[in-house]
Amino acid sequence: MSDTLHEMTAAELGEALATGKASAVEIARSFIDRAEAVDGKVHAFLHRDDEDFLAQAHASDERRSKGESLGPMDGVPVAVKDVISVKGQPLTAASRILENYVSPYDATVVVKLKRAGALVWGRLNLDEFAMGSSTENSAYGATNNPWDLACVPGGSSGGSAAAVAAREAPLTLGSDTGGSIRQPAALCGVVGMKPTYGMVSRYGLAAFASSLDQIGPFSQTVEDAALLLQTISGHDPLDSTSYPSEVPDYRQAIAEKPGPLKLGLPKEFFGEGIDAEVRQLVDEAIQFYRNEGHEVVEISLPMTDLSIPVYYLIATAEASSNLARYDGIRYTHRSDRAENAIDVYAKSRGEGFGEEVKRRCILGAYALSSGYYDAYYLKAQKTRTLIRRDFEKAFEQVDAILTPTSPTPAFRQGERSEDPIAMYLSDVFTISTNLAGLPALSVPCGFTGVGLPVGLHIIGQAFKEADLFRVAHAYDAVHSFGRKVPKL
Amino acid sequence: MEYETVIGLEVHVQVDTNSKMFTRVARGFGEPPNTLTDPVVLGLPGALPVMNFEAIEKSIRVGLLLGCDIAKVCKWDRKNYFYPDMPKNYQISQFDQPICENGQVEIELPGENPAVMGKHRRVRLTRIHLEEDVGKLTHTEHDSLVDYNRAGTALLEIVSEPDLFSPEEVFAYLNSLRNSLVYAGISDCDMEKGQLRCDANVSIRPVGTETLGTKVELKNLNTISGVRNGVEYEIKRQTSVLLEGGTIVQETRRWNPEQRYTTAMRTKEMAHDYRYFPDPDLMPVRVEDEWIERLKKDVPEMPFDKQRRYQDEDGLPYSVTSALCPDKLLCEFYEETARLCAQPKKAANWVVNDLLRELSTAGENGSLSLEDAKITPAHLAELVTLVEDGSISSNIAKEIFPEVFSTGKMPADIVEEKGLRQTSDSGELETLCEQAIENDPDATEKFRSGKEGAINALKGYVMKATRGQANPKVVDEILRKKLGT
Repeated sequence: MSDTLHEMTAAELGEALATGKASAVEIARSFIDRAEAVDGKVHAFLHRDDEDFLAQAHASDERRSKGESLGPMDGVPVAVKDVISVKGQPLTAASRILENYVSPYDATVVVKLKRAGALVWGRLNLDEFAMGSSTENSAYGATNNPWDLACVPGGSSGGSAAAVAAREAPLTLGSDTGGSIRQPAALCGVVGMKPTYGMVSRYGLAAFASSLDQIGPFSQTVEDAALLLQTISGHDPLDSTSYPSEVPDYRQAIAEKPGPLKLGLPKEFFGEGIDAEVRQLVDEAIQFYRNEGHEVVEISLPMTDLSIPVYYLIATAEASSNLARYDGIRYTHRSDRAENAIDVYAKSRGEGFGEEVKRRCILGAYALSSGYYDAYYLKAQKTRTLIRRDFEKAFEQVDAILTPTSPTPAFRQGERSEDPIAMYLSDVFTISTNLAGLPALSVPCGFTGVGLPVGLHIIGQAFKEADLFRVAHAYDAVHSFGRKVPKL
Repeated sequence: MEYETVIGLEVHVQVDTNSKMFTRVARGFGEPPNTLTDPVVLGLPGALPVMNFEAIEKSIRVGLLLGCDIAKVCKWDRKNYFYPDMPKNYQISQFDQPICENGQVEIELPGENPAVMGKHRRVRLTRIHLEEDVGKLTHTEHDSLVDYNRAGTALLEIVSEPDLFSPEEVFAYLNSLRNSLVYAGISDCDMEKGQLRCDANVSIRPVGTETLGTKVELKNLNTISGVRNGVEYEIKRQTSVLLEGGTIVQETRRWNPEQRYTTAMRTKEMAHDYRYFPDPDLMPVRVEDEWIERLKKDVPEMPFDKQRRYQDEDGLPYSVTSALCPDKLLCEFYEETARLCAQPKKAANWVVNDLLRELSTAGENGSLSLEDAKITPAHLAELVTLVEDGSISSNIAKEIFPEVFSTGKMPADIVEEKGLRQTSDSGELETLCEQAIENDPDATEKFRSGKEGAINALKGYVMKATRGQANPKVVDEILRKKLGT
C-alpha cells in the first residue's frame, strides 16, 4: 500500500477512510495538490471546481462521523470525461461550440456516484465530441502522455486515462465508442473497461454514436474498475437501451480464481502491423495464462477486416444526426457574422466545430442521404450483424478473447494528426467489440524499452462482466503494472 | 374539358396523454412559453427519449377504431432537418414501419335537406403513424420567437388515400374522423388549440381518366371550414391554370384564410432529403396479439353505428339522431334517460330540444358542457314519467325544465313545492265547467252553432281558475258533455 494518498487505489482509499487513517477532505486536498503540481505538464483537466470538490468531501466526512457512511465509494474522488453531465458544471465535449454551456442536470452515472458518496470532480479532456484516438482534437489543447509528455495519451478519453496514470484522480470515467476507453488506457498504462452495451446508462452522456457509446471506468487496478462499474451500472428507466438486469457483485466475483478457461486468439488480430515490442509483451501475458493452466487456442473472426469501414459508416451516420442539435440557436455558440437563419446554422457550426467533427458529420450525412442509404448505412448494419455473429460463434468455443489493445504504444504528438486513416487504424483491435456490443477491457501488461506502457485487450461475453473481471484480475493481481507511477 | 378533383388528406392529431411522448414533462396548452420543457424536450446534450406507453396504446386504439392492420413490430425513425421548431434538429417519427396501415373512415355526404340522411361511403386510409409534435414559431418584425411547450407532444399522422372527390367530402371526412377520435377518448381534437391539423393533397384530372394529376400540397388549413375553403380555391386555381393551357407544378402551397387564396411555399426540387434512419436511442416495439385482443374489448361503438341503432331499434327520426350522435356524452345521457323512463322518443326529444337549448345558453362563456350541468338522466326520466302518468301537463313540464336544469332539484319536488300537480278531480272540474258556461254565454252559443274553436275560451276559464293544473283532456270531456255534444 502506498503512503501517499494520491497514489492509492480506490480500494485503499476506501480502507483508509473506513479505518480513520484519512478523511475525505485530506484525500480531496491531496488530489488538488497533485493536480496543481502536474497538470500543467499533463493537461488532463479542462476544468476543476475544487471548492465544490472540498464541499463534497466535507459532507462525506460528516456522514461518516455520524455513522452514516454510504459504503466503499463514500469519500473516493471520481473525475469525469467532459461529455458526462454534472449539474452546475460546464460540459464542452472539448468543443468551441459548447464553450459556455453549463449542464442543468446530472447524468444517471453521476446520480449513482453521488448516491454512493463518491466525490464527483473535474472535467477531463478528450478529442472533440469523443472523435479521435489521440486527444489532439481538443479545442482546448492536447493532453500529454504522463509516461512521455511528447507522446499522445490516446483517445478519445485521453484526459481520463492520463489523470489516473498521473495520479491526479484514483478513478475516472470515460466513454468508449470504438476503443475510446481501452486504447488510451493501454497507452497510459492503466486499466480501462468498456461494459456491455446497455449495462451502463447513457442518460446524460453527450452522444457521439448512440448504438455504440458506453460509459466505463479507468483505474490503476482491475479491482478498482470492478468497484466503479458496480457503482455506475444497472437498469435506468431514462435510457431505453439500458438492459433490465440485476448487477452481480463484481468484487466478490474477482475474489474467486477462475477455473480452467479456454482463451481465444483471433488470427486476424495477430497479423502484420503490430509493433514488435507490443507483440512481445502481449505474448508474455498470454504465456502467463498458459502457465496458470488455461488453454489458449487460435480462433477466427473472419469479418474483422470490415469492422473499420462498417464502424465509420454507422458511427458517422449517427453522429451527423446526434450533433445536429449543436446549431447556434439555443445553448451553443452563435456566430456574430450570421445574416439569416441558414447562416446561423452554417456559420455557428463552421466556427464551433473542429475539422474532425466536420469531416465525420459530412461523411455521416452522406451515408444517410436518399439514394445512398441502402448502399452504405443499410449495408453497414447488415455487416454489423455478421460481425456480431462472428463473436457469437467464437464464444461457442472460448470463454474470453485476448488481443493487443493497440497495435502500437503511444505515438508522438502530431505524428498521425494529418492522416485520418492512420489515426482510424489505431482502433483496429477495439472497434469490433463496440459493433458487437461486447464488454472488453485493457489491462497493463508491461513497458517497452523506452518505458511506454502496453495493454492486453480482453473481450468477454455479453453481460458477463464478472467473468471478464475475473480473467483480467487473475493477471493483474500478479503483475500490477498499473500501480507503477510515471516520473513527472 | 371537364375536370374532376382528387384529394388525399394528412391529418395530425395530438394524442391525449398525461405526459409528452418521450419524457415525463406534462403536455398542455396555453401555459407560459417554454415552461413545459426539460432536458429531453430541449434536446440538451445527453438527454434521451423514452417511449410513452399510453401514446402507443392509444395509437393502437385508433387503428382498431378505424379498422386498420396493426403492425406486429413498429420502430422509430429520425427525420433530420434543420429548423428551430425542433430542438434536436430531427423529429422522431415512423418512416417505413408505421403502427397502423389500411383501414377506413365512414363518411356521410349531405342529404337533400337537413332532415334527410345523406349517402354513406368509406374513405380508405393509407397509414397512421406516431411522431412527436414540434415547437411553435412566432415571427415578429426583427425576431422569431420559439415556444417548445408543444414540442414532443405525441402526434398521430393519419394519411388517407386519394379517395375524396369534393370539398364537401373533405368536410364530411374531417367531421367523421374527429367524432370518432373524440368518441374513443384519443383526443379532444380542438382545432383552435392545434390538437387537430390538416394538410391536403389536391389534384385534378379530366373526367373519365384514371391517372392522378399533379398534386399540390396545401398547408395552413387550420379550421375545418378553412380546409373546405382552401381546397375549393385550389380546385378553381388548378382548373383555370389547365384551361389556360398551363401545367400544374408539384409544389407545396399555403392557404391564406384572410385573403382566401393560396401562395407557393416550395417546389418539388426544393424538397428536403430527411435522411431517415432508425433512431438508435429507441427500441422497436413488438405488438403482441394479446395486447391487441385486450384493447379490442374497449373499442367504442362508432358514431354512425350508434346512429343506425337509434333509428332501427329506438325508432328515432334522422333529424334527432343527427343531433345526438356527434356528441358521445349526449348519447350516453339519452340512453340512460331512455332506459329509466322507457320512453326513448320522448327522452330523445327532450335531449335534443330542451337540454341542448339550456346548455347553449348557460354557463359563464355562453355555453355549458354536459359534464358540468346539474341535470342528470334521473331528472329527465322523472320529468318524462310525470307527464306520461298524467301528473303534470307537458306545458308544466316545459315550464319547470329550466329550473330542474339550473338547480338540479328533482322535478317531482318542484311540482310538489309549487303545487303544480294536475287536477283530474271531476267534481271540482264539473263545478268550474258549469261556471264557465254560465259566465260566457257568447262562447257557449258560438260553440253550439258549430264553431269548434269557441270551446277554447271556456277551457281557458277553467285552466285559469285552476292555475293551469287542470288536466286539459278531462276538462275537454266535461265541457263537451255539458254542452251536449
